[in-house]
Amino acid sequence: MTIQSSQPFHEPFEGVDMSELERSLMRPRTFLDVAGSALTALVTGAALVPLASVLWMLVVRGGKSLSWNALTQAPPAPLEPGGGFGNAILGTLVMVGIAALISIPTGVLAGIRLAQAREDDRIAFAIRFGAKVLTGMPSILAGVFVYGSIVLLMGGYTAYAGGLALAILMLPTIVLTSEEALRMVPTLMHEAAVGMGATSTQAVWMVLLPTALPGILTGVVLAIARAAGETAPLLFTALFSNYWLVANGYLELAYPTASLAVLIFNFSSVPFENQVELAWSAALVLVLMVLATNLIGQALASRRAGAR
Amino acid sequence: MPTNHQTFAQPPSARQRVLDQIFGVLTRAAAWIAGLLVAVIVLQIAWKAVPAVREHGLSFLTGTTWDPKQQQFGILPQIWGTLYSSLLAIVIGGVLGLCIAIFLSEGFLGSFAFRVLSLFGAQHRRWALRIPDRADLLLRNLVELLAAIPSVVYGLWGIFVVIPLIRPWADWLHARFGWTALFSEPLQGPGLLPAVIVLTVMILPTVTALSRDALASVPPKLRIAAYGIGATRWETMLAVLLPAAKRGIFGAIVIAFGRALGETMALAMLIGNANKISLSILSPANTLAALLANSFPEAGPKEVPVLMFAALTLLLITLVVNVFGALIMSRAGVEKKA
Repeated sequence: MTIQSSQPFHEPFEGVDMSELERSLMRPRTFLDVAGSALTALVTGAALVPLASVLWMLVVRGGKSLSWNALTQAPPAPLEPGGGFGNAILGTLVMVGIAALISIPTGVLAGIRLAQAREDDRIAFAIRFGAKVLTGMPSILAGVFVYGSIVLLMGGYTAYAGGLALAILMLPTIVLTSEEALRMVPTLMHEAAVGMGATSTQAVWMVLLPTALPGILTGVVLAIARAAGETAPLLFTALFSNYWLVANGYLELAYPTASLAVLIFNFSSVPFENQVELAWSAALVLVLMVLATNLIGQALASRRAGAR
Repeated sequence: MPTNHQTFAQPPSARQRVLDQIFGVLTRAAAWIAGLLVAVIVLQIAWKAVPAVREHGLSFLTGTTWDPKQQQFGILPQIWGTLYSSLLAIVIGGVLGLCIAIFLSEGFLGSFAFRVLSLFGAQHRRWALRIPDRADLLLRNLVELLAAIPSVVYGLWGIFVVIPLIRPWADWLHARFGWTALFSEPLQGPGLLPAVIVLTVMILPTVTALSRDALASVPPKLRIAAYGIGATRWETMLAVLLPAAKRGIFGAIVIAFGRALGETMALAMLIGNANKISLSILSPANTLAALLANSFPEAGPKEVPVLMFAALTLLLITLVVNVFGALIMSRAGVEKKA
């Protein structure tokens, strides 16, 4: 069948109301479409209000009493003026450090093992599943576990126990992200290394790990950021302390240890103005620490995305 | 063996082979630790809870008083508070989070920025090319920033911002609708409502990120086909994209529900720690996690097994929800690949 050239071209459109093809808000379909988009825009805007409010309060109330003294002194007694949370900053850093020392080697090694597993490896599947379930476990239960196994055994609250509880929370994130990063390394590179006669250890250390390093670091940094802000697992593992962790120039880790998060919790519900203000300042410092760590992680992640 | 600098490849030496073995054992051990940690935690908490289970049995789960002095322990109010607060938060947070996920996955902000730029005829200028994508990325990061703020800071914000803010509204609700079960008690500062509001904000990023991923993983040809037969953006969304992504979205909601159940600090600071069962969202309540946070630091040797029993209950509830969520997510992932 051929198109008859005798027919004028415009004829098929005769009798068609062209205005129906125009976009008009008067039509229910179009109106609902625009209304739906507006609704989601509204909700998204509303979700940013709490974020703005939190950050605003942190800057205004937290910034008000933030001073060099606040950063370097020990917490004040209830009605005492001044004071600070220097020991809590130190305690947070020390406990996150302990947690990193435990969880990074374990997590990366486990990630290496999982990345080498075959698709149908049931044990690897089970381990991965266990790690995934662990990421969703309430953080306070890590504290309960450490309380039951370490605190009761050692007979007291220590920085070690706090660090271990944080390590439990960091571990699954590190395992899962380092496996993912290692799996992104092209198989060809691994095969080339093995083909040149590298043992699997050499292939891992000289080829896989250096290539996957940005991805692994991203996971590690994000895990650290999360651990730094955790409160619940520290409540009854490290407890709190009004004193410095340092005695005679050494770190004393076998004693109750202050942390920024627990300080905020303790000082948030007291009727003493000075302590409440310190809680806000501590919250500002804690959020700045966590955000800075997060930014480092995101910078690493975007560098990895750029390299790909 | 002749040493020759031209030789690149050599068989591994004995030392390298031993190192290889040791490294293999190490990675395997680490993997076992990571995998078995969940089991160890469950068993250890269960083991410590045995004395309390033996003493109180099931009446522990159905009792309504918590009084260490009288040696009376029941956690039904805490179980109720945990489930009720999380359910309220997931209903609100689920709807809002899904809206934000749609907004993000459709790139509304980007297309808006594009339209604004094209008003000035600048959309194809060199400096303007990346603005729409940048705007979308910025918004996504802002929503994820909500997840980066520690929960204790949310608690502090709840005490000093949310509670004073909602108090007049809560009083009005109580005065007008006090006859309904939802508002039958006045708000006395801390209570279920501020706790739920803060909890909703805290689970938003989880719901949003996971359901955005689910929406983004719907094959583009479905969307194109829907547009091709003349569907509007929202007809495509409601009739094609959401049904295609529903498993992933459901998984996102289950996982966020698990997070809400275990959330501790914000609730311990905001919910009021009152052991009572009430439908009223203005009355104070308690949750399992908040009970643990408030009681453990000062627990005597008699109280510890009881608290371990409460921890075990929380663990089992969250474990069931999380395993369920992880299963849904992995099945949604399988479908995606197929």
